[in-house]
Parts: sequence; structure tokens; C-alpha cells
Amino acid sequence: MSIDMAQFHQVFFEESFEGLDIMENGLLDMDPGTVDDEQINTIFRAAHSIKGGSGTFGFNDISSFTHVMETLLDEMRDGRRPVTPDAVDALLRSVDVLRDMLGATKDGGEVDEQMAQAQQVELEQILKSASAEASVVSAPQVEGGQSAATASASKQQGWHIVFRPLPQMMRTGNDSLRILRELAELGELKVDCDLSALPPLAGFEPEDSYLSWDLHLIGDASRETLDDIFAWIEDECELAVMPIYAAEPQERVTVEEAAKAASEEPDSTQDVSGPSEVVQVTDRRTGQDRRSSKDRRTGDRRKVQGGGGGGSIRVDISKIDSLINMVGELVITQSMLSLLGEDFSLDKLERLNEGLSQLERHTRELQESVMQVRMLPISFTFSRFPRLVHDLSSKMGKKIDLKMTGENTEVDKTVIEKIGDPLVHLVRNSLDHGIEMPEERLVAGKPETGTINLNAFHKGGNIVIEIRDDGKGLNREKIESKAIDKGLIDVDHNLSDRQIYELIFQAGFSTADVVSDVSGRGVGMDVVRRNINELGGSIEIESEPGKGSAIIIRLPLTLAILDGQTVTVADETYIVPLVSIIESIQVKEQQIKRVAGRGETFKLRDEYLPILRLHELFGIENPNATRLDEGLLVVVEGDGRHCGLFVDDLLGQQQVVIKSLEANYQRVEGISGATILGDGSVSLILDIPGLLRLADRQDGDGLKQSA
Amino acid sequence: MTSILAVDDSASMRQMVSFTLKGAGYEVIEAADGVEALNIAKNKSVNLVITDVNMPNMDGISLIKELRGLSSYKFTPLLMLTTESGVDKKQAGKAAGATGWVVKPFNPDQLLATIKKVLG
Repeated sequence: MSIDMAQFHQVFFEESFEGLDIMENGLLDMDPGTVDDEQINTIFRAAHSIKGGSGTFGFNDISSFTHVMETLLDEMRDGRRPVTPDAVDALLRSVDVLRDMLGATKDGGEVDEQMAQAQQVELEQILKSASAEASVVSAPQVEGGQSAATASASKQQGWHIVFRPLPQMMRTGNDSLRILRELAELGELKVDCDLSALPPLAGFEPEDSYLSWDLHLIGDASRETLDDIFAWIEDECELAVMPIYAAEPQERVTVEEAAKAASEEPDSTQDVSGPSEVVQVTDRRTGQDRRSSKDRRTGDRRKVQGGGGGGSIRVDISKIDSLINMVGELVITQSMLSLLGEDFSLDKLERLNEGLSQLERHTRELQESVMQVRMLPISFTFSRFPRLVHDLSSKMGKKIDLKMTGENTEVDKTVIEKIGDPLVHLVRNSLDHGIEMPEERLVAGKPETGTINLNAFHKGGNIVIEIRDDGKGLNREKIESKAIDKGLIDVDHNLSDRQIYELIFQAGFSTADVVSDVSGRGVGMDVVRRNINELGGSIEIESEPGKGSAIIIRLPLTLAILDGQTVTVADETYIVPLVSIIESIQVKEQQIKRVAGRGETFKLRDEYLPILRLHELFGIENPNATRLDEGLLVVVEGDGRHCGLFVDDLLGQQQVVIKSLEANYQRVEGISGATILGDGSVSLILDIPGLLRLADRQDGDGLKQSA
Repeated sequence: MTSILAVDDSASMRQMVSFTLKGAGYEVIEAADGVEALNIAKNKSVNLVITDVNMPNMDGISLIKELRGLSSYKFTPLLMLTTESGVDKKQAGKAAGATGWVVKPFNPDQLLATIKKVLG
């Protein structure tokens, strides 16, 4: 029977990468010196599964590499080896190597064998090190009867086997008949049954074995083959296996004698387990019952696959069940309504209304359930940080404690995929610029160990992610002078702290004294902000000198549905994302100021904001309002800039389902997508940062037109 | 139809075992850990159980012990999937009442041969 093993590879790689994550997290959580049984067990199990799978699916290099890790973990698990920081670090590095090996194997690339070799050697050295009370040794090839057998193989005819099951053998599901059947396949089998142990019927225990067998097998079966057959029951029978030689007269051995021989020579049966066995010369803790907490694993069960491309998504069965349930309800409502429609009369109006509201409710519930499918806990993103902080802080000689809360907060799959890099950048910034060196912290009267808090939670229909550190905070003076150098602000500005801090989001802005490989290349915060804006979110910074700083990211709950404000210009309806709207006002003529070459501005609480006339930007003819005091100004924020969007009227707020313009038509500047309104018409969703860029470029034209 | 309960927390191994056995005409029920397997086994009597050893919630050896304690599984072949280095595991399994083991890594043919032997 040939089976294409390749069909299982995908699943194997998926679960192996998950296993690596589990190992990595477990190792990072591990407190050197103390061994949490369950923790180390979880790590061990992951290694063990990878080893088993890779061996089965033919990835032998991975299997042998993992074997060394497993051995080390096994010794730690049994308490035979102390958990030292060095060993943990070596294991962490091995996880990396293993991830590379798996990745290369998966993509059909070359495994970096040198690296794997080097790492394996390191692990092996740890294994050999004196700190281990005992270490693995290869059991010497146990020869005994075997060598005698091979030596005289020339004249050997077969085997004389005396096989006496212990009474309880059948209770492990083993059966003498199976053994006899298998032996019979190896050659000519002569069977003598010894009934002498049979008790009288009254004392007969039906579940016990009473029969013994005296067997002569004529054939060229090897000792190993016989050993294999008896391997499962070596402890549940008395067994003697003797070669039969052609020249010698066959010596009849009684069962008693053979059994006696067997018990005098324990080795001859003990060694049946297989010559290539690696035996651990240690005290064995066997049969221990290792239960694990369910949540530890189920949390990791759903996983973004590889993160790239189309990808697949693992969904909790309960979510699927609720979907199916909801669809069922929907079908029932639908059939009820169509029944009603077959012969409708006005007296059934109430039932129709009832049915329609039911339909609405089910549709909404279905929509929510479908959205749930795309939602994954943010722990998929957070999980990489313990390692990052561990590695970087030791590299920089800083002491840092990473605290994460709200890892189970669920966010859209796309957010998971896209938020990773910006977050890494922000956490690196905190590590590099925020947290001080231990001695610096002591001088400042702070604990030696700095803290970075990574926090995710729901707030007002948004997901908020905070990166908070207790470091030295942003340096206002430094940012100020740098900004003046770069010509971003005037020397005699009067900007607030917050406005100064905002400057770090400008392109090419880095205040790091030395460009380290951790951060400070000046390609950073502007990219971070852009990425977050692309997700429909916003980013904010808080800082207090000497106390620390915080970056606050707000993201929409889902990227498929948007809370929007509908606005009209002439006959067109547009959607403005609610998150970008600060307020909507009606301006008075005296608030407006026209600046030559810079367009129209209006004064809002001591600040002059530019005005964008939507009808001009989009070239819409005959708007209802052309004078600014006839329409409304929607004050919006995008890319950290504010402006007033001039529209005819506001209609209302509603949730809209985002349809991609790019996929259905093409990319349009200033428009992020489209949606279909309740009356069936199409409405475009405005992209505020895009509109601002568009306006920058059209500025000259716009002025001419309005002039 | 001869039914086999295949227990492994690794989906790929489970699929491989299941696919192989189904291809040979057995009915295969899958379980991801000992707890799940025990529940299935209590509600439906199967002809053979093949289980991984290292699993969350309930490992293979505990599962075998539990199963062997059930009257309907007194004589049912219970096999464990174990690695070549698992000498102590094999013994622990035997002590718990395992019929025997299949050594990992194995290929589908080896698995089938073993299962056929045990089921006769």
C-alpha cells in the first residue's frame, strides 16, 4: 500500500510552527532554578511532537536535531538537570534554528546545515556537561544468545521456543494465538501444548491464561524477528528461545527447565527490546500522570497561518456552530416570509412586520458571527515580544520586565497581520530610548528593572493598544532643536509639549545619539503612523519627563465594517469615517480668512484650519451650498493634520460594509472604498489623509477655480 | 466493520494514521487527547485503540489505564505510539495495561502490518 505522505506535510508544518511558538513562550516564562512541571512538560511535548512528526514524514535532519533538544528537556523535566539560564538560552537558539530548518524544508529551500550542526553540538555539549547527574549513553550491544546464534548460523535449523504466558497476559489484550499465528508465518511450526497448569473447572478463572507452549520453529527466522514478536509481552510470559542445530540431537527441554533457565538468565529476555535502543541509565520516573490545563493549549489552537498570502484561518468550532445556527434561523424566517407572501392580505401586516424584524435581527446576528470568524486574539502578535525583549535587553545590558495584559482581546485578522511590525518598532523604541541603563535608573531613584507594559483592550467601539514604559520619557529640548535644525518648526514657535512630541512622527526624524542596530535609523515613526492609518486607526503619544512615555494606538474593531457619517454634496452621498471626525460646525463669515496662495482657512478655537471644498476637489457641479455659511464644515483629522471639509449637509450615522474599489474598479485618490446604501445606491467612502494629499497638489488649481 | 480509535494531539499524525487505516477498510474515530478518547470509548465500543503517549489533558498511559479498567475494554488491544527512546514509556504503558506499541517513526505499511496482526 503506498500513501502519498506529502498530503500531511502542510498540517505537520502548521502544527510544528505552533509547537515552536509554544516552546519559545514556555522557555521565556521559565524561571531558571525552579522547574514548573507543567510548563516544562508543555515544552517537552511540543518538541516531542515535532520529532515524531518529522521522523514519520521523512525529515530526518529535523528529527535528529529535535531529538537532542528533547533529551535535554526530558532531563530537565525529570529534575535530573537543573534549569540554568545558559541551557534555556541554548534551547531558545535551538528553537530559532529549528524554525529555520522547518521553514527551509517547507519552502523546499536549503537547510543551513552548518548552523544546525553547530547548534546541535552546543546542545550535545550541555548534555555531556558535568552538571548533569546522569546522561544518556548508548546501551552496549547486548549479544548473549544472539552472537552464539549468529556464530553457529550455518548449521542452525530453527528455534526451540518455550513460551509460558503469565496468567494475566490476556488482560493487556494480548493473545497467545496471535503469537502462534505470527510464528507460523516464519516457517514450519510444531506446536505442543502444555495443559498441566489447567485448574479444575470449579477454580477456572476465564480471564486467566493457563496454557503453555513448547514450540519448534524450523526456518531461517532471525533472533530479532522472534524478539519483535515477543517484544510486547516480554514481561507477561516466561520465555526461552534456543537455537536448534542440525547436527545435534534435539534436546527436549521441559517447560519447567526452560522457565528456570529463563529466570536464571534474566538478560536473555530483558534484552529483547531491541539492539539499537538508547537506554537511559538513570532512575526512571514512569507512569506519572501529566495533566495540563486546557486553556493553555486551546488558546494556541487557532492560528494565523504563516501570515502571508491568501492564508487560511483556524476557527473555533463554537464559532462555526453559531454560524450554522444563525443560518438555520435565517432559513426559517425566510420560509415564513415567503409563505406569507404567497397570499398576502392587509390583515397579515402585523405578521409581516414581525417577520421582517426577525429577519433584521437574524441578519445582524449572522453578520456579527461572520465578523467573529475573522477575529483572533491579539496574543498572536503579542507572543513575539517576550523573546524580543529578552534578547534585546540582554544585548543592551538593560534590565527590563515586560508585562502584557489583554492578550485575549480579539482583533481582525488583517490587524494581526499588519500591526506586528509597527508594534515591534514601538517596543524597540521603548527599549532603546525609553528605559535607561540600570545604574542610570538607580541614580534617578527608580527600581533597577524597567517595565514595559503592553496592553490591549476595547474602548468605545475601538481596540486600544498601549505601549507604556517607565523610562526617561521624551526629551522635549532634543526634539525641539532637531526640528529647528530640520526646518520643521520656527525658532520662536509656541508649541505645546504634545505638539512637540507629535513631531517624532515626521519622516526622517530620529533623536538617537548613535544609530544602533536596535533603532534609530530614522525610518520609523512616520512609517508606523502610516501603517496604523492604513488600518483605519490613529496613534497618539504621551510622555512625562523622568516618568516614562506611552504610545496609544486606536484601531477600528473590524476592517470590513465601518462606522460612517453620511454627507451630501449636490446629488452625491459620501461616507466620512466616524473615527476621523472631530466635530461638525456651521461657520460664520467672520471666522473665515482667505490667504493669498494658501487657500481658505477658518478659525477654530485660536487655530486656523484649512478648508477643503469637496465639490471642488471632486469636480461636482451645482452644489447646494457654495458660500461657506450655507453649508457645513466637518472638522476632520488625518495624518495628524486637521482640516474643515465643506459639504452641503449631514445625513446621519450608519454602519457601512466596505467594498474595495481597487478590486472592483481601480484605486482612486482620496477614496478608500465604496459601499451600498439602504436604497441600493453606491456611496464612496472618503479617505481623509488621501484627501489632504490630493488637496495639497490641487491647491493652485482650486484657488483659481474659486477665484 | 472493525473500528479503531486513533488518539494523537498532533493533527498530522492523527490524519496519517486515520488515512492509512481507512484506506485498509477500517472505521476510524479520531480523538485529540486522552479525555476526548475516553469519552468516545465509553459511548461506543471500538475494536482497537491506538494512542500517542505525550498528550495534553490526559496522556496515553493514563488513557490506557482508564480504558483497561472498563469492563468492555478488558481484552481490547490497546496500542501506544512511542519513540525509539521510550523504554521507560513502554514499560509504563505495559504496566498500565497496554497490549503493545508501534515505534515512531513508522510508515503506513508498518502500521497496517501491526494492526492486522493484532486484530487477527
